[in-house]
Amino acid sequence: MINTFQFDTASLMVALPEIFLLSAIVVVLLLDLFLTKPFKQVTYYLMQLSLLITGILSFNLIGQPETIIFSNSFVLDDLASVFKVFMMAASMVAMVYSRHYLVQHSLFRGEYFVLVMLSILGMMVMVSGYSLLTLYLGLEILSLSLYTLIAIARNRAGAIEAALKYFVLGAIASGLLLYGMSMVYGISGSLNIAEIAIFANSAELASREVLVLNFGLVFLAIGIAFKLGAVPFHMWVPDVYQGSPTSVTLFISTVPKIAAVAMLVRILVDGLGAMQTYWSDLFMVLAILSIAIGSIVALMQTNIKRMLAYSTISHIGYVLLGFVTGVVTGYGSAVFYILTYVLMSLAAFGVIILLNKKGFEADLISDYRGLNAHSPWFALMMLMIMLSMAGVPPFIGFYAKLFVLQQVMSSGMIVVAIIVIVFAVISAYYYLQIIKSMYFEEGDKKISISAPMDIQLVVSINTILILVVGLFPDFWMKLAVSLF
Amino acid sequence: MQNTLLSLLIWLPILGGGLVILLGNKRATTARWMSLALSVLVFVMSLSLWTGFDSSTHLMQFVEKSAWIAQFNINYHIGVDGISMLLIILTTFSTILVIVTGWEVIQKQPAHYMAAFLMMEGLIIGVFSALDGILFYAFWEASLIPMLLIVGIWGGDNRIYAAIKFFLYTFLGSVFMLISLIYMYNKGGSFSILDMHNLSLTVTEQAWIFWAFFIAFAVKVPMFPVHTWLPDAHVQAPTGGSVILAAIMLKMGGYGFFRFSLPITPDASLQFSDVMIVLSLIAVVYIGFVALVQRDMKKLIAYSSISHMGFVTLGVFALFLAYNPNNLEGALLGLEGAMIQMISHGFISAAMFLVVGVLYDRLHSREISTYGGVINSMPKFTGFAVLFAMANAGLPGTSGFVGEFMVILGAVQANIWYAVLASTTLIVGAAYTLWMVKRVFWGAITNPAVETLNDINGREFSILAILALAVLVIGLYPQPMIEVMHTSIEHLLNQALTSKL
Repeated sequence: MINTFQFDTASLMVALPEIFLLSAIVVVLLLDLFLTKPFKQVTYYLMQLSLLITGILSFNLIGQPETIIFSNSFVLDDLASVFKVFMMAASMVAMVYSRHYLVQHSLFRGEYFVLVMLSILGMMVMVSGYSLLTLYLGLEILSLSLYTLIAIARNRAGAIEAALKYFVLGAIASGLLLYGMSMVYGISGSLNIAEIAIFANSAELASREVLVLNFGLVFLAIGIAFKLGAVPFHMWVPDVYQGSPTSVTLFISTVPKIAAVAMLVRILVDGLGAMQTYWSDLFMVLAILSIAIGSIVALMQTNIKRMLAYSTISHIGYVLLGFVTGVVTGYGSAVFYILTYVLMSLAAFGVIILLNKKGFEADLISDYRGLNAHSPWFALMMLMIMLSMAGVPPFIGFYAKLFVLQQVMSSGMIVVAIIVIVFAVISAYYYLQIIKSMYFEEGDKKISISAPMDIQLVVSINTILILVVGLFPDFWMKLAVSLF
Repeated sequence: MQNTLLSLLIWLPILGGGLVILLGNKRATTARWMSLALSVLVFVMSLSLWTGFDSSTHLMQFVEKSAWIAQFNINYHIGVDGISMLLIILTTFSTILVIVTGWEVIQKQPAHYMAAFLMMEGLIIGVFSALDGILFYAFWEASLIPMLLIVGIWGGDNRIYAAIKFFLYTFLGSVFMLISLIYMYNKGGSFSILDMHNLSLTVTEQAWIFWAFFIAFAVKVPMFPVHTWLPDAHVQAPTGGSVILAAIMLKMGGYGFFRFSLPITPDASLQFSDVMIVLSLIAVVYIGFVALVQRDMKKLIAYSSISHMGFVTLGVFALFLAYNPNNLEGALLGLEGAMIQMISHGFISAAMFLVVGVLYDRLHSREISTYGGVINSMPKFTGFAVLFAMANAGLPGTSGFVGEFMVILGAVQANIWYAVLASTTLIVGAAYTLWMVKRVFWGAITNPAVETLNDINGREFSILAILALAVLVIGLYPQPMIEVMHTSIEHLLNQALTSKL
């Protein structure tokens, strides 16, 4: 089955962004060794530069015809290129925020940025993976870097606990995923996504073969649900979000979600699309549970990072609902939702980090008391982010929910739409709690913003985008649908 | 040139509000004057809606339409007919009042206060002029945000509870409307409200959509039994917030019944008109009695608002019973009465809340028992207060009479007992209003603080005088208003009476 290994430079061009990023990682890692303390900032700037160039390289590949290289294990299509561009942009923004946090909490070191770059490389491999093996490889590069990133705050008990928890549960998830892959491989005889698709589509499948394929499918779905943090595989999310340094939480909650959605698309839509009726039932349950648990449990949180963790879980529920529909526009709505979510989540953590100071984490909801009196501008920003997450128009979060709900209803699942929207109202309550703290309550201590201009500017632009894209969402919706 | 008028009315206050925010609270005086200038400008511009309006057609006028979200065939489609045009003018008028009202009273973050009202003005004009379902929904929901902040930041002691209750109540109500809108889009392929008017729907579909709309609009109006947020929000809101809530935001619910429920689900409206009439009568009668026992002036007026808005829903749904194929007058009277009642209630409730606001600014109490004999120290003010109280009780010659009388006339044609029950409001309404007037304004001074009260200043005088004029003009000569809306209402009546099955 495995084609003869072709090696020509033209095919390498397709993987240029990955190749460039890998080289950059090596260079930055080596260079960082020789930088003395005053010059450590250089690592940061080199990383941003590398990400920028990788993003531009990916951008240039948009519109290329679908190309599959490296013995059918690596694919380049618009989905991959567009996702990579978004991942680079999101990572660059996340790193602007991170730097402030790292400096404030004395965690600033070169390895941090190298690990981030490494995890991004893993995600790029996931996005372009066209064989189960490549996908798994990308996932592990990502996961191992993330475990280490969390533990980089090695003198904090919470961070070590979070890293261990993430590691153990992540290993179990990887195990389940691998088990599912081995089942699919065993029955279809191939690791290649296209060949699995041909096998699953073939009309003369024996019932025994369908059974094994289904069996594998369940494990694959569980593995993906684990990585996305869908209920009931969400246990790690709140603990890891809360325990990790906020800059890492910010990263974990945004970019890897895009990659996990890409992995879902590759395995379940591209590979096992023929089994859609089977996995959509699974996802329906996961989605409704995620939205319900995410909305209800978040009501009781006092820690904003933990609250956002539950909010993420319910957002992931919406993404899964988009996939449940089983139609191209439905998948498009899921992609639109995840990109919207990343934009909002980045901004939310951006504001949290912005308020960070030496010895002050700003991670309790009560820390936001009276923010409006001290910094009306960033209170307004946070207001917009929270309303957007709650799905109040005219912010982007509303259109994402509208898109998913419209798709869900056009697939005839009106009861699901009603259940989901009732939970949306319930979840509005905890977003209102933040607004209440910032606007309606008086703070007992003065909140001053000492963050540098770059982060202030990026947070502001990030949040204004939530409004502006909300006013003109058409282009992005069309883009998301065009990827399938 | 006329074609951008509505857009200007929507976006000028919103962008202007943004500018006022940027000015900041430190430049409060500039912010105040700028807000006033903007609101007057918008009001004057909105008057050209009236002058340029062609009342011989039911078609939408001042229409603007351009593609907005092509993915769903959503358009930026706005326009007005006789119904929405009046409500827009009411909105621009009331905004001037609240900005003047908050002039020196609001010392906490004055620029933000003004900006919130300006933005809300634009958003509510958007609600009244949107002809696309999603555009309507976006404005409808977005208008909650400034109100949430107004109640939550500048409200009374229990403001946080009231603000969050207000937001969640109305949010829960409106999401079901969203589901119905999406349902109709999936069925008909268009979010345009005018297309939805012509979309054919089965009995079951109409019933579901009717109740979904009912939840959204009944919460806003508010109808019994989903009215409980209103007394809380009104009592806690600052005077300006109460004025906008009562004068305009409640009308959004009534407008929803006019624009959505009747034309989109005519058969379901007919089917459930009995339920709606009973709920309206409960609001009119029972809530009237509830108002009677209130000790807090604002709460009393809030309950009286619910009771008066009951007339609006009564007028709307009585049309099905009053309908007589040979004579449309009865049904028409009910609908036009409902519309007049909305406008008139906009003025009267605003005036009543301003009256309470004047007293509250001086003694910081809304309790009726704090006052007594106010006429001795504030004669000019008492004159206005009594006039508005009379209007609230529905005295002939004031605007309060016209709408209620027309609705009752419509109700007589429907069922004489409905009319009898509705008429009790003339007694109960007079009872709670005049009893309050007696206890607050007349009698001997019991509280020494009342003796030291200063009569109203020029600013307060001018606001109250303008409102008094409006109340009297509509009361004595409502004809121009009826003429302007007549064709639109007639068209609506035809839509409501034409079965979609």
